[in-house]
Amino acid sequence: MSTDTHAAGAHDHHHDDGHAHSTFSGYMLGFVLSVVLTAIPFWLVMSGTLPSKQITALVIMAFAVVQIVVHMIYFLHMNTKSENGWSMMALIFTIVMVVIALSGSLWVMNHLNSNMMPIHEMTGMK
Amino acid sequence: MSPDLLKLIFGRLGIDSLPLHEPILVGTFAVVALGGVTLLAGLTYFRLWGYLWREWFTSVDHKRIGVMYMVLGIVMLLRGFADALMMRAQQAMAFGGSEGFLPAHHYDQVFTAHGVIMIFFVAMPLVTGLMNFVVPLQIGARDVSFPFLNNFSFWMTVGGAVLVMLSLFIGEFARTGWLAYPPLSNIGYSPDVGVDYYIWGLQVAGVGTTLSGINLICTIVKLRCPGMTMMRMPVFTWTSLCTNILIVASFPVLTVVLALLSLDRYVGTNFFTNDFGGSPMMYVNLIWIWGHPEVYILVLPAFGIFSEVTSTFSGKRLFGYTSMVYATVVITILSYLVWLHHFFTMGSGASVNSFFGITTMIISIPTGAKMFNWLFTMYRGRIRYELPMLWTIAFMLTFVIGGMTGVLLAVPPADFVLHNSLFLIAHFHNVIIGGVVFGAFAGINYWFPKAFGFRLDPFWGKCSFWFWVTGFYMAFMPLYVLGLMGVTRRLRVFDDPSLQIWFVIAAIGAGLVFLGILSMLMQFAVSFLKREQLKDVTGDPWDARTLEWATSSPPPDYNFAFTPVVHDNDAWWDMKKRGYQRPLTGFKPIHMPSSTGTGIILAGFATAMGFGLIWYMWWLAALSFIAMLAVGIGHTFNYHRDFDIPADDVIRTEDARTKLLAGAK
Repeated sequence: MSTDTHAAGAHDHHHDDGHAHSTFSGYMLGFVLSVVLTAIPFWLVMSGTLPSKQITALVIMAFAVVQIVVHMIYFLHMNTKSENGWSMMALIFTIVMVVIALSGSLWVMNHLNSNMMPIHEMTGMK
Repeated sequence: MSPDLLKLIFGRLGIDSLPLHEPILVGTFAVVALGGVTLLAGLTYFRLWGYLWREWFTSVDHKRIGVMYMVLGIVMLLRGFADALMMRAQQAMAFGGSEGFLPAHHYDQVFTAHGVIMIFFVAMPLVTGLMNFVVPLQIGARDVSFPFLNNFSFWMTVGGAVLVMLSLFIGEFARTGWLAYPPLSNIGYSPDVGVDYYIWGLQVAGVGTTLSGINLICTIVKLRCPGMTMMRMPVFTWTSLCTNILIVASFPVLTVVLALLSLDRYVGTNFFTNDFGGSPMMYVNLIWIWGHPEVYILVLPAFGIFSEVTSTFSGKRLFGYTSMVYATVVITILSYLVWLHHFFTMGSGASVNSFFGITTMIISIPTGAKMFNWLFTMYRGRIRYELPMLWTIAFMLTFVIGGMTGVLLAVPPADFVLHNSLFLIAHFHNVIIGGVVFGAFAGINYWFPKAFGFRLDPFWGKCSFWFWVTGFYMAFMPLYVLGLMGVTRRLRVFDDPSLQIWFVIAAIGAGLVFLGILSMLMQFAVSFLKREQLKDVTGDPWDARTLEWATSSPPPDYNFAFTPVVHDNDAWWDMKKRGYQRPLTGFKPIHMPSSTGTGIILAGFATAMGFGLIWYMWWLAALSFIAMLAVGIGHTFNYHRDFDIPADDVIRTEDARTKLLAGAK
């Protein structure tokens, strides 16, 4: 965009600055990983290998997080340098926002729940 | 026809949905219809339809779209303000056994519509319009990153506004307050179409807002001209960047929470019901996770405008540029950490309340830093009291008062006394009018010559200014008093006669603001008539500092014949100081995006879909949805997306400017 007279955004510029390149083996690796990461939680739930449902749920969530990372690396081609670091910055910002919204909501709703229980349940708690 | 068939075609819509029994609405409809018919007839008579369609409605030029946003904002301001006048009149009258003139059913719609319209269809379009117009010019770009998307975003915003306006004459609007808290907004307590108008109006407009947020972030990150590093961006561009980041991060929350509410209403889920495991408090929690960032979305661009104006009219570089940028970024992050202060009283414990009380108070630190930066910019500056600067000074005085009452409300024990009182109403009008509205007016007066090539008339501008400022204080200071006396918001009738005098004063204040609005319309009309006298030939009428003033007023379609190269903050000031010479030769053809009608057509179908969903006309909703998909996919086969402005045209435009500049000297 430096000296060319092209309209800003009138069409896509295919500059090669900082884009991670997609390769067949990269996509295959990502595909296999995501299939494995999907299959294991299914197996965990269906076989009931883990002792309690709560642990199973937590393990599945952990797999989901790994799955997100796999998608970001292999399908969205994100790395610390892509788009001059803007992708990374956006990711960090997103994580901060999601953590604030989720943990804040859990905290707030938990407080509301313990303070605003219906009376008949409150008497039961004493 | 059988009732079943009628129901299939018209859903819930019947002849009794029209508010024929409400004389106020029938009268309004008559006036609006008469005005509308006159306008349409006028447009037809002067053969303006083709011009409007080709040059404006289908335009993807960010400047045209920006102006259309401003027009939308000002038109909706008239509607929202009419609601305000009705409320003030009602509250001033309804004493001593009088019921006032608004029945409860109507009054509840009025205060809901006032809030929704003022935030979503006045403040947002004004702010988005200014960002759209100014940002690409300030960063030396030819347009935004996605010009077609920009046009589509604008028309989606209009679509939402159309749905809200329709509710005035077809059916009714929500009677829930502007955030439509369940369980009141759920189907059990609001079985009519009001809340559905609310939901679909906001959902349609929300698509536009989110997309325009993405568009502007991308524009600022990717399209800055050479040399303009992040820390050389004008402050308005910085605040726009932060605002759009807030939009992109927070509007999805609104979309989701409204989608969950519509699931509750349409298919009987229990997200926000009282029983079956639902929790209305989750709605309150989620909507404020969007709602608090929303107020910073509105005020940050206003801060940017005041920064540009202060530095221009003080003839000085902005004091503390770096601290201004950091303050903006800190506010951006902190605005996500305070949402609970909107519901301190709703059952959280001491630890939660004190956490959110403290974060709220902390926000006043970066905001205060900004205030001092503006003051130090003015210190020993050669201040010119033009209209934008007047609005800025009024802002600084007014906003500090609003900020202080805000810090007061941030103290949870104090909030237990003041929650939902008129003190709160006075506070947020104090910051939204004193911040956002004054900011928008400063911006309009500041950038108008850039947009149209002539300045706005100062006399009528000053009338508008004084009516607005005095009117604001008269209208809202009494509400602080009433709030401290314990009067809660949204009341329709009062028992205690000693309160009446304050409401009467507030009503007179609202009348003054009305004169301010009329003066502003007068200002536009007079300026248009005196446009030769007020003409700006230089493109830089204020001796300003940023890049938008480097090009002509109004700028050519392509903004800059050559992409500027930036060496310092206040790029245009720096260019002027170093004896910049406008290039007169060597022009090349310029590649530009083409106009397209797809945006308006898609938004039209989206609005029709919203209307179908509101009235349970399922066939209309389905057909419009399919049509949207078809048009959207069809548009991907449109290969005539761009064209080149021939070098000859560029030469002609630039030569005309050279002549104009020579004539000015």
